[in-house]
Amino acid sequence: MTVRNIASAINDGLDVALSGDDRVMILGQDVGRTGGVFRITDGLLEKYGSERVVDTPVAESGIVGVGLGLAVGGLRPVCEIQFMGFSYPAFDQVISHVSRMRNRSRHRFTVPMVIRMPYGGGIGAAEHHSESTEAIYAHTPGLKVVVPSTPADAKGLLLAAIEDPDPVIFLEPIRLYRAVKEDVPEGPHRQEIGPARVERSGSDVTLVTWGAMTRETRRAADTLSEDGVSAEVIDLRTLVPWDRETVFESVERTGRLVVVHEAPLTGGLGGEIVATVSEQCLYSLLAPPKRVTGWDTVFPLKRSEEHYLPGVDRIVTAVRKDLDG
Amino acid sequence: MPRRDPSTPEGAVESLRLMWTIRRFEEAVEELFDRGQLHGTMHLSIGQEAVAEGVAAALETGDMITSTHRGHGHTLAHGADPATMLAELLARETGYCRGRGGSMHIADVAGGNLGANGIVAGSMTIAAGAALAERMKGGDRVTVCFFGDGAANEGSFHEAINLAAIWDLAVVFVCENNQYGMSMASDKGTAGGSVAKRADAYGIPGSQVDGNDVVSVFETTLEMVRRAREGEGPSLIEALTYRYRGHSKSDRNLYRTQTEIDDWRNLRDPLDRFEGSLLESGGVETGTIDKIRGEVRESIRDAVTEAFAAPPTTVADLEGAAYA
Ligand SMILES: Cc1ncc(C[n+]2csc(CCOP(=O)(O)OP(=O)(O)O)c2C)c(N)n1
Ligand SMILES: [Mg+2]
Repeated sequence: MTVRNIASAINDGLDVALSGDDRVMILGQDVGRTGGVFRITDGLLEKYGSERVVDTPVAESGIVGVGLGLAVGGLRPVCEIQFMGFSYPAFDQVISHVSRMRNRSRHRFTVPMVIRMPYGGGIGAAEHHSESTEAIYAHTPGLKVVVPSTPADAKGLLLAAIEDPDPVIFLEPIRLYRAVKEDVPEGPHRQEIGPARVERSGSDVTLVTWGAMTRETRRAADTLSEDGVSAEVIDLRTLVPWDRETVFESVERTGRLVVVHEAPLTGGLGGEIVATVSEQCLYSLLAPPKRVTGWDTVFPLKRSEEHYLPGVDRIVTAVRKDLDG
Repeated sequence: MPRRDPSTPEGAVESLRLMWTIRRFEEAVEELFDRGQLHGTMHLSIGQEAVAEGVAAALETGDMITSTHRGHGHTLAHGADPATMLAELLARETGYCRGRGGSMHIADVAGGNLGANGIVAGSMTIAAGAALAERMKGGDRVTVCFFGDGAANEGSFHEAINLAAIWDLAVVFVCENNQYGMSMASDKGTAGGSVAKRADAYGIPGSQVDGNDVVSVFETTLEMVRRAREGEGPSLIEALTYRYRGHSKSDRNLYRTQTEIDDWRNLRDPLDRFEGSLLESGGVETGTIDKIRGEVRESIRDAVTEAFAAPPTTVADLEGAAYA
């Protein structure tokens, strides 16, 4: 075990993957000497050389499209996009091709590739540097979508994603990169894609969240416990396929559901989760499920960012309303 | 008629003032950032002043520009007010976009600046569209599209220039080749030897200029703007220059040497060179130069004060601008 933050855990995961499997390679802008915008690939060029850690020009469609060609050709590319907001020039490749190759070829093609993207707000930068548009990827059949919120999960899920036979969108919460530390297992530590993680057990209300919002939601749950409210916090960590059973089981016990995400409300995954729970657990529900989310607008500049992002106050207020209602 | 002609003594004084304005503006921004008063990420154009000014000087009032993430210089040279720009950067209601766009999305629509752009190559097709709109309205305004050497390798570069070329649009594409796109050296990331050469493939004029020589940039642009205005179609200019500062504030400069930076700064600085040539030709006196520097320093200081005094943005209408 080594104590690591999320950035270091992902770096370690990449290192393990590169050393354990010759087919693994990294492609992205500034991923070589510079180590990428967030220094996630630090030291890997020096260790594995420029054929396996490939600095590309600014060309997202090229990075992802070439990644697809590599994957179809039997390699295991890990593409880095500098910020989630810069993944849109690659939409055509991701949505038209990466996600569909398997279905289109009835399993004759497989696309074992990972597209890593730092995502989410809280770093003082507007628009493309802070957004959270996971719902677009989750809505696209053929893609898996993974979002760790702890260092051990970051490494474990990354290694599972690299080994997965299907394309995985791997979202890295920027705000947490260096904010949390814990013991991370050495070597090939894997965390299965799919199962959620119960961040905190409780019996009065189920709070479902992921990514950087896990920390806020946990804090809200701690605040609520001071008033005697016992909130369960579930960190989904995989958005596709998401762990329905863990959520259903929890809601059936608590009777209440609040989903927290930083993406805008409309069309966000909160709607999907609330709808699924309503279909499956209607008779267990004691109150209408709620969503605490970002606003239906573009991610703002620093001054308004605290307002945009769900924080402890908004989560606590939503839970209290749910309990009263 | 161009706005200013840096090859004449009167025009040179104006151009020098603008170049100093850009430099001092960027230094002020850097200081605000370092003091924690500006947030997010910050791309400075120190060292690239001659490109912004050489191009903008060749335009007429009413002509349009599209800009990039490194756009403060373009915006100033195209006539923006430093205090209003700083208000935008500092998220004040008096900013060009009411403090909601910030450094990378500043636009001065009334002044013909269609906007900086946080997406690399993001403005290239927009420039083509603006030029098409101008033609459909029967106007003769020209659009200049600034972009970086890194942007030349995004797919949009090709789509935009191809469309402009097949439709003979009045766009001058200006590649500001500051040698790097983040850590990627332009000559490593760009096939074909140069961006300017790619013009051949589209059948449009392409030329490479010394981007640290404001008069060369001006003269080349003037000709490209003339042909665009007279309906002869688009063109591509590649201005060779250099960024002194890191890509953004977090850059550790691992991809280049200090000697390289020092050489550009000490031997090829656009301000030094312009002042040197003006003094040599006798067009401008030392006293005038000192006066310009002093006035600019003061005006930027005042602009900072003015911007700070403006009312900060509030969250009240956060959702108010997503739709009409
Ligand atoms: C589509 C997209 N990808 C990546 C980025 C991150 N990024 C910002 S500037 C930049 C380099 C651009 O290089 P260049 O066009 O040469 O402009 P310069 O920064 O040198 O002025 C990159 C990769 C971005 N803003 N947009
Ligand atoms: Mg560049």
